[in-house]
Amino acid sequence: MKLITAIIQPEKLPDVKQALFDVDVHKMTVSNVIGAGQQKGYTENYRGVVSEVNLLKKVRIEIAVNDNFVDKTVEAVIKGARTGKIGDGKIFITDLKECIRIRTKETGKDAIG
Amino acid sequence: MRIWQGIFKKRSMRLGLLALAALTASGAADPAVAGENLADIARSVDLVWMLLGGFLVFWMQAGFALVESGFTRAKNAVNIIAKNLMDFALGCPFYFIIGYGLMFGADKLGLIGTSNFALNGVTDMWDIGFFFFQAMFAATAATIVSGAMAERTQFKAYLFYTVFISAFIYPVVGHWIWGGGWLAEKGFLDFAGSTVVHSVGGWAALTGAIFLGPRIGKYTPDGRSKAIPGHNIPLAALGVFILWFGWFGFNGGSTIAATNWNISLVLVTTTLAAAAGTCGALFYSWIRFGKPDIAMALNGALAGLVSITAPAYDVSAVSSLIIGLIGGVLVVAAVEFIDKVLHVDDPVGAVSVHAVCGVWGTIALGLFAESQYGNGVSGLFFGGGLSQLLVQLEGIIVVAVWTIAASAAVFTVAKYLIGLRASREEELKGLDITEHGQEAYAGFEIFSNE
Repeated sequence: MKLITAIIQPEKLPDVKQALFDVDVHKMTVSNVIGAGQQKGYTENYRGVVSEVNLLKKVRIEIAVNDNFVDKTVEAVIKGARTGKIGDGKIFITDLKECIRIRTKETGKDAIG
Repeated sequence: MRIWQGIFKKRSMRLGLLALAALTASGAADPAVAGENLADIARSVDLVWMLLGGFLVFWMQAGFALVESGFTRAKNAVNIIAKNLMDFALGCPFYFIIGYGLMFGADKLGLIGTSNFALNGVTDMWDIGFFFFQAMFAATAATIVSGAMAERTQFKAYLFYTVFISAFIYPVVGHWIWGGGWLAEKGFLDFAGSTVVHSVGGWAALTGAIFLGPRIGKYTPDGRSKAIPGHNIPLAALGVFILWFGWFGFNGGSTIAATNWNISLVLVTTTLAAAAGTCGALFYSWIRFGKPDIAMALNGALAGLVSITAPAYDVSAVSSLIIGLIGGVLVVAAVEFIDKVLHVDDPVGAVSVHAVCGVWGTIALGLFAESQYGNGVSGLFFGGGLSQLLVQLEGIIVVAVWTIAASAAVFTVAKYLIGLRASREEELKGLDITEHGQEAYAGFEIFSNE
């Protein structure tokens, strides 16, 4: 079992969701986060004064999958989120020790799927 | 203290002098002089009433700005406000330079006015006040469109369009109906502008929304409609209350005379129709969707108001309840039809409220008018036969065709000259950041990922 954590551009969320749905990945947790990467920041204009914004709005998607779903999921995220520009984001994959479904107390493979 | 007393004394002395002057005038041997003075006072009261109406109609700009920003997403709120501000600020000077002359200048063939451009040659203070009043109405027609085109239009293109509706599209219709043009000659009646103002705005809104296409994510590939909820219902509600309040000037002011006591009837019919429209939309949406939908009920209030705008002067209070109620039900049905069947994406329901109910209100005059009121005409239900109704229908159709054709031409030019629709990236990021470089709620961490 793996936990896939993807940090993407907020406006790419609809595309990533669609790409994930296309490969039958429907379960995910999405949160709004702020952070800084290579993109560094952007500028806002307020009443003639430029202000630098360093921490950017990003979206974090967390998906727990069985091993045979890892590649598909990663490919789908890339397909949906990639523009080729700096700021497209990152994907982290970590080992997942256990997964328990609260309702049924199922564990492991059954709980994720 | 002593200073105050001094002022008070001076004041009362001046008042005394005035009273004396009035007494000598009215009590004087010459009754003609007295009559003239009374006529002057009456005309002054009329002028104040007309100007007051103008103030209230101006305040409707605030209502539109709030309704439209409340019913759309936070990431586009700055853009909506910018459009509402600029369609007035840009439209008003163009209406002054070109529009007013086309609308109320010397008639040519019943089609357009040909004088009074930039108030050239207009010296009478009554006429100048009348321009002020009319400029507020022109701004209302223009601002209706921004809601239907919300969240996906290039700002430049919207500014381009708003010049044309204020300078040209609206004033031409205005001349036909209010400026002594051919529809007025035929007996077409539209008291405060169900057709002149609201239908023109509504048809232009429909044309704009069709030209733009739906917002990204509005329809699924298999053609299902998805809700894109507005970000602030309290703001939208405040906007509706402001519009309702402003409508007392829109309809009430349209007598253009405080000495015309039909104002009372106009205000009663306006209020009752708005209330009935709200009820109609709320209860119909409750039955239809299982929950009392307050966003629909807010549209229902506006639907009632638009519906009564044409017949307010000519129908009984009871009729106004029926007209408003039908308008309220109609707006919910129209929102559903336009969204789910026509697949035209109108984020705030502007087409349903202003075009559909504008048409209904104009027809309603031909049905419910009673000769004992204002214009002295009777509709179909009160022994007037079909004649008034047919004239109303003719006006509705001609105005729809003209407005759709003219605004389609403007949008086509805008499309190829400057580009009408924002890019996919701009739309997804939100027009606030991409067009204006600003956020509506800076520091509140409003995320925009839909």
